This record gives sequence, structure tokens and C-alpha cells, in this order.
Amino acid sequence: MFGKLSWSAIPIDQPIPMAASGVVALVILGVLTWVVVSGRLPYLWHEWITSVDHKRIGVMYTLLAMVMLLRGFADALMMRGQQAVALQSQGYLPPEHYNQIFSAHGTIMIFFVAMPFVIGLMNLVVPLQLGVRDVAFPTLNSVGFWLTATGALLVNISLVIGEFARTGWLPYPPLSEMTYSPGVGVDYYLWSLQISGVGTLVAGINLVTTVLKLRTKGMTYLRMPMFCWTALASNLLIVAAFPILTATLAMLILDRYLGFHFFTNEAGGNVMMFMNLIWAWGHPEVYILVLPAFGIFSEVVSTFSGKPLFGYRSMVVATMAICVISFMVWLHHFFTMGAGPNVNAIFGIASMIIAVPTGVKIYNWLFTMYGGRIRFATPMLWSIGFMVTFLIGGLTGVLVAVPPADFLLHNSLFLVAHFHNVVIGGVLFGAFAGYTYWFPKAFGFRLHEGLGKAAFWFWLIGFYVAFMPLYVLGLLGMTRRMQHYDVPEWRPWLLVASVGALIILMGIACQIAQLVVSIRHRVTLRDHTGDPWDGRSLEWATASPPPVFNFAVMPDVSGEDAYWLMEQRAKRQASDTMPDYRDIEMPRNSPTGFICAFFATVMGFALIWHIWWLVVVGAIGAFATFVVFAWRDHDEYVIAAADLARIDQAILAERLASTRGVG
Amino acid sequence: MSDHSLEPHATDVAPGDQGDGRVRTRILGYVVGLGLAVVLTATSFFIAGTDLVWQPSIALAIIVLAIAQMGVHLVFFLHITTGPDNTNNLMALAFGVLIVVLVIGGSLWIMANLNENMMPMDQIIQMQR
Repeated sequence: MFGKLSWSAIPIDQPIPMAASGVVALVILGVLTWVVVSGRLPYLWHEWITSVDHKRIGVMYTLLAMVMLLRGFADALMMRGQQAVALQSQGYLPPEHYNQIFSAHGTIMIFFVAMPFVIGLMNLVVPLQLGVRDVAFPTLNSVGFWLTATGALLVNISLVIGEFARTGWLPYPPLSEMTYSPGVGVDYYLWSLQISGVGTLVAGINLVTTVLKLRTKGMTYLRMPMFCWTALASNLLIVAAFPILTATLAMLILDRYLGFHFFTNEAGGNVMMFMNLIWAWGHPEVYILVLPAFGIFSEVVSTFSGKPLFGYRSMVVATMAICVISFMVWLHHFFTMGAGPNVNAIFGIASMIIAVPTGVKIYNWLFTMYGGRIRFATPMLWSIGFMVTFLIGGLTGVLVAVPPADFLLHNSLFLVAHFHNVVIGGVLFGAFAGYTYWFPKAFGFRLHEGLGKAAFWFWLIGFYVAFMPLYVLGLLGMTRRMQHYDVPEWRPWLLVASVGALIILMGIACQIAQLVVSIRHRVTLRDHTGDPWDGRSLEWATASPPPVFNFAVMPDVSGEDAYWLMEQRAKRQASDTMPDYRDIEMPRNSPTGFICAFFATVMGFALIWHIWWLVVVGAIGAFATFVVFAWRDHDEYVIAAADLARIDQAILAERLASTRGVG
Repeated sequence: MSDHSLEPHATDVAPGDQGDGRVRTRILGYVVGLGLAVVLTATSFFIAGTDLVWQPSIALAIIVLAIAQMGVHLVFFLHITTGPDNTNNLMALAFGVLIVVLVIGGSLWIMANLNENMMPMDQIIQMQR
């Protein structure tokens, strides 16, 4: 009846997971109770859960990422704590628990923090920057988000019911095969990634279509803001690379569930094929994450330097070059697997070549700043911190791209330091810069500057204190994922690294405080103009927060930095003519995404525990939801021209009043 | 989002949405495509079992027929043309083909190289003794 599921699946004898999940359950229960008791459930359902508005979905993606960041960071703190005490002893975490923690940390940080963060920001900003009213497929967008949330939910359920994978963030066979991992841990990993992978693919298709098909009048490709270009490149990579991940994990699923032999030791299976395929997805994946961050930095640096982006066209070429070359370097993740010198040399050279367009970008940002009137607001601090930190990460990357050097550094803490250097210094700093930069656009009030700056400094210093020692430890010969160790010389560096993690914790505390303080002071921090940073692209041309239709009249673009040009023209000649308002149609909200994801969660959970009848129920439910949606009659509602005019004139009046007030 | 008055790129239509021809001409296109596809498929089956042609060329002939088959599908069913309104589809196709060639070609090369460099099994067993 319940497959492999029984009461013994709940780890009652292990105090740490039980206490953690108890706290999480209490918090969730508390929030739910508050929502229901205060009568906000209808609001939440109508305005957020069923919303197909790209701005709302973007906000929910970002919120998911920030909540999961807390989970992933808690794992990081536990690992740092374990390694700080585990010299010639077992530490406080038993090996099977420690292995689950480093696997969960990597999986969560990449798939459920970095991915939703960048997809959320792209969802929020790209349609606004293109000057359009929504993405190409609004309901599909909602489905994509809720499927991502399903994946995150399944990973967290593994904390209470059963266990998570002990294989690392990529489940290398033969360890991940049934013979060596008979538990449900790897199955939790596989199904949560398969389900959220569908969500990511859907988001990628949606954003590619949006950029290619839905630009406003005059928004030619070479007038698009840089963030739209990087979003296009990143989503092209999603569309091209995620099917490889899905196929690879599907093969591992067939091995585990139906006794296939794709990656087994015996019967003609080939373990190395898994490394090959997973990295053919894995390398494009790092560019999927970092390209949007590059776009954010381009917007931020240009805005806060008060100058157009230096070398816009070279930036476009560099972005598209990275998009293609990122598919030619994947072997550098397994130089030590036994390929000959020819293969290793070619992939080593390709890995060094991909650093060139990235270098072009760094110079472009520097020349954008050169001669500009720079304002050191929080997003700009994140950008400058990024340039220094990412440069160091990039240089160590070029170092490990040399196959002989990689033979020494492979799977050492040097490698761990390198990829945290580029993922934190690149992706996460970019996400935080974008979060601070676009927060007023999303919610209509700014974030508190002082706490934002404090968070930045704690993060920056904490990062260096936590990860520079790992470079040293790698050179001292410490490998990654060690539950305990016997070398006393490593101890001091590990202690320093754990202090660094605590400094980062202070940074996160500042970010939470910043959010709370900003919400409490939202009236004084209110942005009346819609353009709090003196921005240059179209998202600043509408109100903050933008009305549901984004733009009452679709903007007409006449050059790069579209909003800047409009502003300059507006200063020269005041316009009194009433814009030509017309009725517009907007997509209706739909619970399709939420219901689909509900059935996907049921199906995923049932697949993990081999509850076959429940699998059938989940599959039929999800399919029925799709059929009901496909046969819908009314999917749009009309906003009348008169209403449009009233809302738009109110926005214009508020903007005008606030600019007069400033002088 | 169907604000047709402001549709920015009206000339940029999705495959299958051209809609300029009447139903009759469009059906004719599909019939021609179907005919070509059937002919190519039948030829493949015929060549595989025949002794009328030089035997070693059969594999090559089947590959050529398969590529022709893909071409027929792209032109008649997916409506990929070289017209100016089809740039996106053509670019997407080119990008897709490039990625597939890179990933499959690269994988074959890497795996062949690994097999070549792997120590013969009997030597590994000897080392373990």
C-alpha cells in the first residue's frame, strides 16, 4: 500500500534533523495560521498563487531563492563547524549525515537558490525593459515557477521523511546506483531535479520567446538593454542544455528503477558516460547562472556611473561568444578521468579561450566607470566587490584549466575555493545587486541603504576570510568532502574559514534586518517617481510598482538607453497632448500552475517511495489539469481605455508632483 | 496579450502560421511532403535488403537518405524557409544543430579516446594481484 514508506523512515533517533525540521514545521504552521486567521488567504490565492503576472511570478521566484538560501547556508555552517572540530575525532556529525549535508548544500545552492534567483530577476525585469506587458506564455510561466517550488519542497521533505543523497551534488555512479545507494536519498535527488528541471526548461522557452518575439516598437536587437541580451543568451543555454540533464538523470532513473545498465559496472554499462553527459549540461549551467549576473552588473555600473555602457556592441558579441563556447569546454571537469593528452589539451585551451570574452566584459565595466560620476549606492558596491572577487576566481579558474595543474588540484579544496569564488563573487553578488537595484521597482519603496551597505561589507569580508584559507588548504593537500582528518597543520586554516562563515552569517542577518526595517519605514522610503536611481532603461519609465499592464501606451524606442533618451527629450519639450489610450487585453489569473505542481509533488513523492497507485493518481491529476486548461473558453479580460487613462494620469501626476518637489 | 494594433513584429510569424496561401495549396504542400517522405523511407528499406548495389555503399546510402528525410521534414512540415520572415527559425535550427554536433561529436571523441587509453583488463587484474 505505501511502498517503501514506513514509520522507520522518520529519523527520530537523530536529534539534529528532527530539531531542524521541527523548527521549520513550526514556522510554516505559524505563517499558515497567521495567513488564515488574519483573512489573507483569499488575497494570497487571487493575487499571488494563481497570478500569471510576470512581476508577481518573478517576486515569488526570488522569495523562494532567498528562503532556500537560508537552508543552504545552514548546511554550510554545519559543515564548517564539523571540519573545525573533527581533527583526529569524529566531530559532531556522523559520516552518513555529513554526506547528506554536503550533497544537499550543493544541490540547494545551485538548483534552488542561484537558478530561481536569476530566473526571478529575469522574469521581473526583462518584459519591463523590452517595453511589453507580459511574457510570451503567462500561464506556462506560472507552471514553471510552481514546478520549481515542487522540487524545492521535495528536497526539504527528505529532511524529515527518509534521507537525502550522500553522493555529492552530482550523483556520480556507481556510488549512486542501487548497489551502493539502496536508500531513497538518490531518488529524492533525481525526482526533485527532474520536476524542477521541467520548470526551468519551461521558463527558458518562455523568456527566449519573449525576447525574440515581444519587443516594443523600435526596440531592435541592438537597442535592447544588456540585461536582455544576457537573459537571451542564458535562456538559449537553458533550452539547449537542460534536456541533456533530464536525459542523463532519466538514464540513471532507469538504472535504479528498472534494472537498466547505462552506468553500472557490469553488463556493458559505462560510468564515464555519466561524467561526460552530466558535465555537458554542467558547464553551460554555470554560464546560465553567471550571464544574467553580468547583465545586472552592466545595468548597475552604467546607471551609477551616469554613462552609457562602454563598448555595448563588444559586450553583445562577448555574451554570444560565451553562449557558444560554453558548450566546448565541459571535459575540463574531468581531466583526470583518463583521456589522452590531445583531448585534455584541446579542452584546456578552449577553457582558457572562454576567459577572453569575460575579460572583455571586465574592461568594459571599468571603462564605463572611467570618467563617470560614480554614486556608491549599495548595488554599485556589490558590482565593484564582484569585479575584484570574480577576477580572482577567474584567474584561479584559468590555473585549473591547465591539465597538469589540474591533476594536482582536482577534487582538492582549491577547487572548492575556486567555484565558490566565482559562484558567490559572480552569481550571488550579482543577484544581490539586482535585488537591491530592482526592489523599489517591484514594491514601490527602497531598501534601507545603511543596512544594505553593512550587509555588503560583512559578505565581502566574510567571503575572503571563509574561502581564501581553502585555497591554502587545497595546496596543502586537503581533499573536499572530508568528514574528519588527521593533519594538525590544516586545523588553523579551517578555524579561520569557520570564522569567515560566521561573518557571512552577520551579513545575512543584516539583510533580514534590512528587509524588516525597510518594510516598517516604507512610507519614508517610498519611490514616487518610478525612477529612484536615475536609470536609463524602460523599466524606470513606468510607476513603482508598475500597474498590472506595465505600460498604458507601449513605448516607442528611438535608440539605446531608451528611457534616458525619453527623459532628455521630455526636458526639452513639455508635452500636453493626451496619449492615445486604447482598450487592452490581459491574461486572466489561473490556478493551473499551482494545481499541476500539487499533482507533480504527489507523483514525485510516490515515485520516490514506490507507491505506484499514487503515481497514477498524480499523473492523471496533472494531465487532467492540463486538459481543463487547454479547453478553457475565456483566458483574457479587458481593461477599458477610460480606466487606463485614469490610472496612467494618476501615475503621471504623482511623478510630476515629486519631481517638482525636488526642484 | 493580444494587442494586435501594437504587435511589434507583425512580419515575424511562427512556423505554420504563414497563412498567405489558401487551404488547397497548403494541403498540396503537405501531400508533396508526405509523398517524398514515403519515397525516401521505402528506398531505405529497399536498399537495406537488395544486392543490386555495391554492398559497402549501403550504409552511406542510408545516411544520405536519412539526411534527405530530415530536410523534407524541415521544409514541408516545419516550414523552415530562407525567407526574411524566417530568420529566427533558421537561427534556432542552426544553433540546435551546432549544439547537437558539439555534444554528440565531442562525447564520441572523448569516449573513444578514453577506451583507447584504458589499460587492457588483464593488466588491471594482474596489478591487483
